[in-house]
Amino acid sequence: MAITSIKNLKEFSTVNERFEGAHLLCPGCAHSMIVRELMNATDDNLVIATNTGCLEVSTAVYPYTSWDTSWIHIGFENAATAAAGAEAMYKARKRKGTLKDPDAPVKFVAFGGDGSTYDIGFQWLSGAVERGHDFTYICLDNENYANTGGQRSSATPIGAHTTTAQAGRVSYGKKQKKKDMVAIMAAHGAPYVAQLAPNKWKIMAKGFQKALETEGPCFINTVSACTTEWKFDPKDTIHITDLATDTLMFPIYEIIDGHELNILYRPKNVLPVEEYLAAQGRYKHLFKPENKHVIEKIQKDINDFWEYLQRREEARV
Amino acid sequence: MAEKMELNDVEVWDGNYAAAQALRQAQVDVVAAYPITPSTPIVENYGAFVANGYVDGEFVMVESEHAAMSGCVGAAAAGGRVATATSSQGFMLMIEVLYQASGMRLPIVLNVVNRAVASPLNVRGDHGDMYAGRDSGWVQLDAFNAQEAYDLNLCAFKIAEDINVRLPAMVHQDGFLTSHTAQNVYPLSDDEAYAFIGDYKPVDEMLDFSKPVTYGAQTEEDWHYEHKAKQHRALMDSYVVIDRVFEEFKAKTGREYKRVESYMMEDAEVAIVALGSTVETAIQAAQELRDNEGLKAGVVAPRCFRPFPFNEIRDVLANVKAVAVLDRSCPMGAMGALFNEISAAMYTTPSRPLITNFIYGLGGRDFSLDDAKHIFREQKGHADVGYITTPIQQFSGLRGPKLGFYETKRSK
Repeated sequence: MAITSIKNLKEFSTVNERFEGAHLLCPGCAHSMIVRELMNATDDNLVIATNTGCLEVSTAVYPYTSWDTSWIHIGFENAATAAAGAEAMYKARKRKGTLKDPDAPVKFVAFGGDGSTYDIGFQWLSGAVERGHDFTYICLDNENYANTGGQRSSATPIGAHTTTAQAGRVSYGKKQKKKDMVAIMAAHGAPYVAQLAPNKWKIMAKGFQKALETEGPCFINTVSACTTEWKFDPKDTIHITDLATDTLMFPIYEIIDGHELNILYRPKNVLPVEEYLAAQGRYKHLFKPENKHVIEKIQKDINDFWEYLQRREEARV
Repeated sequence: MAEKMELNDVEVWDGNYAAAQALRQAQVDVVAAYPITPSTPIVENYGAFVANGYVDGEFVMVESEHAAMSGCVGAAAAGGRVATATSSQGFMLMIEVLYQASGMRLPIVLNVVNRAVASPLNVRGDHGDMYAGRDSGWVQLDAFNAQEAYDLNLCAFKIAEDINVRLPAMVHQDGFLTSHTAQNVYPLSDDEAYAFIGDYKPVDEMLDFSKPVTYGAQTEEDWHYEHKAKQHRALMDSYVVIDRVFEEFKAKTGREYKRVESYMMEDAEVAIVALGSTVETAIQAAQELRDNEGLKAGVVAPRCFRPFPFNEIRDVLANVKAVAVLDRSCPMGAMGALFNEISAAMYTTPSRPLITNFIYGLGGRDFSLDDAKHIFREQKGHADVGYITTPIQQFSGLRGPKLGFYETKRSK
């Protein structure tokens, strides 16, 4: 069942304690906020699968575990399939009557970073969603392979510096645009797809609840600000995320049944993207005169995409 | 409740259908699979059994073999009986997850219908895939015909799920030669087969929320070594359970299995050691040589490739003078893997027979009675003069000039 007390963050943050504070994530990492919100958004039993990545290596180092619920990690690419396999077993055992507590509701959730979601685990995610397993996949999108020291992913935005798409004397960093994973997952016909951010925690909690309560495969892309690789002070995680949502670098929206698009957050004052870029070391080089055109391109892309989202929303198709 | 199936005392099944029937009788809860020749009919038939109400399980047709084994791992960790099937390239794609399945001690049963590994692409049988699994931490049982494919599947669930084993198990059969050759098979009734395997007993299951479990943790230099050593020990010690299950199976069916099968070895002077359907060819050749030439030939066949039956090999080959070890997989820059295993075992015995290595049958190249007889006669030649007169490794049945490597350094 969905938790109803989400009016007050302090109260909401303590309704369930299934993700222990003792973990090895960097101070200021948004992953734990997002995971905690998901686990607090429901009272139901949780089976959680996690791809290899920051979250996994930081929460299950033998003999410790941060997970006070059923949890499995197999490899880099297959958390969606692990959750799908567990969900299939749940159905089989429910039918046969071999479950210990057959009436207790169970939710199946998979977590992956953008590396495992957009890149190495893309096929596994696509397959599990196409097959219609009843699970929710949450991408913790920090726009790089943070666990291995900040390499590019297909979620890295154009112009960002990463160790494998470097900014240098003759390069402005990554040359390619970010892959639109939300559109791709919506195109699978998934019943609920959204992009959410932990600074807008109420919207995020409600989105998580919607996904968990929706039967079938749901996908949520969450922005997870990375203090280490985006290069900002650990205390500024929420501030940076505010800039991400208020510059519309990360618009917050949902797509229901593959077509009905709803914008979930409209900034009162849309900020210029320079404010977001200037707050992070990974974009520092863009402020050199010769890279001005990149900032202009990023701003234009943001404007175009926001226009697209609004038209999609208005069209109600 | 799944409907039962009336079976005849003797059925005409190929190896694939025999394996599929065993999965049905085991009432496997989840099969996550991706089709590949020649193993496809196993999972197709499981799917047909689900579609027609003969099994209550979930058939999850995934998008690759890597996902197939990933789904099996997730399902097994959720506390039920799990099986799948694959071959060749599919097996190679699964390999990452094979290690994870055994490391998490999940008793999945995998039917491997042996097929050559590309490149060049080839759908016929050799043991390249089987050999690639030998360090993956799975029990590996080898069926030489359709009856054995059925029997060993029933045994595999019982072995893998035993609380003292809790390791995944592969059942191997030769692509096409066994998988697609219809033979007489004597099945158990549904009730007898299920009673033999028993109900699945969940251990550390993810669906028991009163006791949360963490699967797939990380261990570095502080604990990884102990984990792997413990896993190795579990596999080494699993022979006790394998022997017991084989005994129980014999009591129920009269059909006897041993971790090392031997034929005409009581007085054998020379022997062939082989795996798979080749074993039956070698037995026939040995019998004919005994009958027609008075050559005391015998055949040894590891039924259990992992855990490797080191002791039993030493015992069965103790009094043999010359041994040919046949590897149906290209060793690529070394001696054949089975040759190395047998040689290691025999080196620690006082007799140290003369051992040579034959690579043969790659990509489904036929291995004939004459090929087997030629090998036996060569062994007899070694035995008579007391040293190896040929290259230590030879290629049998290869077109073109003879291919062989290494001369003996033992006294002539």
